Amino acid sequence: MISAARTQSEPMSPERRIDLLRLMLLARRFDERLMELFGQGLITGTAHAACGQEASAVGVCAALRGTDQVASTHRGHAHLLAKGGCPDRLMAELFGKRTGYSKGRGGSQHVAAYEIGFLGSNGITAGGLPIATGAALAAQHRGLDSVVVAFLGDGAVGQGAFHEAINVGAAWKLPIVYVCENNLYAMGTAVANTSPVTDVADRAAGYGIPGAVVDGQDVDAVYSSASKAVERARSGDGPTLLECKTYRYFGHSKGDAERPYRSRDEERWWEQRDPIRVLTGHLRGQGLLTEEQETALREEAAERIERAVRFAMDSPKPEPADATSDLFA
Amino acid sequence: MRKLSYAKALREALCIEMDRDERVILLGEDIAAYGGSFKVTDGLLAQYGAERVRDTPISENTIVGLATGAALMGLRPVAEIMFMDFIGLAVDQIVNHAAKFHYMYGGQKAVPIVVRTPAGGGRGYGPTHSQSLEAWFMHSPGLKVACPATPADAKGLLLSAMRDDNPVLFVENKLLYGVQDEVPEGDYTVPFGQARIAREGTDLTIVTYSRMVGESVVAADALEQQHGISAAVIDLRTLCPLDMDTVTESVSATGRCLIVAEDYQTAGVAAEIGFQVIERAFEYLDAPLRRVCGLDVPIPCARGLEEIVLPTRSRIATAAFELATF
Ligand SMILES: Cc1ncc(C[n+]2csc(CCOP(=O)(O)OP(=O)(O)O)c2C)c(N)n1
Ligand SMILES: [Mg+2]
Repeated sequence: MISAARTQSEPMSPERRIDLLRLMLLARRFDERLMELFGQGLITGTAHAACGQEASAVGVCAALRGTDQVASTHRGHAHLLAKGGCPDRLMAELFGKRTGYSKGRGGSQHVAAYEIGFLGSNGITAGGLPIATGAALAAQHRGLDSVVVAFLGDGAVGQGAFHEAINVGAAWKLPIVYVCENNLYAMGTAVANTSPVTDVADRAAGYGIPGAVVDGQDVDAVYSSASKAVERARSGDGPTLLECKTYRYFGHSKGDAERPYRSRDEERWWEQRDPIRVLTGHLRGQGLLTEEQETALREEAAERIERAVRFAMDSPKPEPADATSDLFA
Repeated sequence: MRKLSYAKALREALCIEMDRDERVILLGEDIAAYGGSFKVTDGLLAQYGAERVRDTPISENTIVGLATGAALMGLRPVAEIMFMDFIGLAVDQIVNHAAKFHYMYGGQKAVPIVVRTPAGGGRGYGPTHSQSLEAWFMHSPGLKVACPATPADAKGLLLSAMRDDNPVLFVENKLLYGVQDEVPEGDYTVPFGQARIAREGTDLTIVTYSRMVGESVVAADALEQQHGISAAVIDLRTLCPLDMDTVTESVSATGRCLIVAEDYQTAGVAAEIGFQVIERAFEYLDAPLRRVCGLDVPIPCARGLEEIVLPTRSRIATAAFELATF
């Protein structure tokens, strides 16, 4: 299993950047395939695809160690895969199978993988922020030398939990990085309509912590900003609010095919800034990737996801008893 | 046996567990320097230090979230919500997160947190500082809910709560904090889900918890003296798990059941218990169920009004008499 999560000092080696490309392709293919499966009626319920946002997930997790923690959002598949999650078990979860991370009880928005430091995707906007902050408190209290990353969307900024969590995280200098994936919309509401400031990172000033805006479509840039923030957290200097400017290609969830709140022109503009395209462009320009290699990597990702789909389809359904078991430990 | 106040008994439980298990930390508003609004954590800052006894910002939702996150990372936090009325701000973290994680994430990790909070009126604190909201949490799968009525149980149940691997809402009572009673020395636990017969009786069963246990016992004593009516009083101790076996056994013998709860009547604790009595003991009932609860209005400050709104020993005695003579 390739994982972005391992110790790495800057700058990234060519091999490492190819690894990150692999992960971005894997996350991309996972969510694309998911949308197809919904269309075919093979998966029910709901899910939020992160296509277009892979560079922030992968670039941030690349700056982490395996023992570091990540708390995610409702749009969490890329985060989990970037932290080293298993596509089979995630896909099985979406199929509602017993082999899924949550035994089919959680679905897309409720997946945790504690063994790889994934504290959970979360169906409540901003719900993970206080919990991630608590995990950072435990890391500090226990002298663990580990760092927590809390992902959030731009919509989470409207929640009291956003303020509460960052406020106390900053006051106690906890080893945490708050990473806002600003994709310009919370469902159908443009950030401009609900926020007095354009850059979420500006809000860091109110907590006396650094705020940084990074091009969320450039995995190298994300990695380098995230590394600084993680380093700062690990050395005891407290949180950073890192904002990745990004864009989601699909609708908010699978029920949002029309996307009436944004223009096709805007979408096309962002597709030019596609994070996979940006990275392959750099690698090609630097002579580190050939067209054949790129094709092979895309095929590799597609095959891996097909295996995940087969694993999920072949997996057993939950037992009736699973509906009521595990309520208490 | 030596006597201790309910507040000091709670404090003793915290000390026993903090001495025994270094993973226990305390989080809450004004629990450290101030010693807690009701002085339960008085002196613990000096004893255990600021790392383990932490004053938080006034952020109830995040207090519980901090506890949950820290619990996932190996600590066993005890959080305090200063007044139960403020728990409205923390419901999301309690109900959608702490309570659900074990089930929702496939049984991977438990969330061993205790959320302590004082409930109840009778002090003239008014609408936002007097409520008993435990029914909200009985209605939330994945939580345990404890409501001690005596100093001895306060200590024993809190020790059980801190050793439980599941999230526990620990509902204390403001008027009970000062009550002195016998409390065993040393380490002991009172198990969850085992009600206590607070008073033996043969003519009717009063089912209750927390401060209303004492009020019900006083009312029962008066009934016995004045009318020769013998009422059993059952102290539930925990609302989740709920010891309906003990309740059913008593009601089956007496044939009459009065439920007393300080919370709002509609869709309250008594409603659930009453329905379970019907499900389990209908054929033994010689009279309709009765309940004495808080009226369905905000709890007013003025003493004369508060006494009308909250259950009192005289309301309990009247209902018990009517039920016994039905
Ligand atoms: C507390 C809460 N309120 C509302 C919702 C419904 N909801 C789910 S995602 C979402 C938008 C979140 O936007 P953002 O944080 O920007 O994340 P994005 O979807 O853009 O990744 C909303 C309103 C929710 N899940 N939880
Ligand atoms: Mg958004």
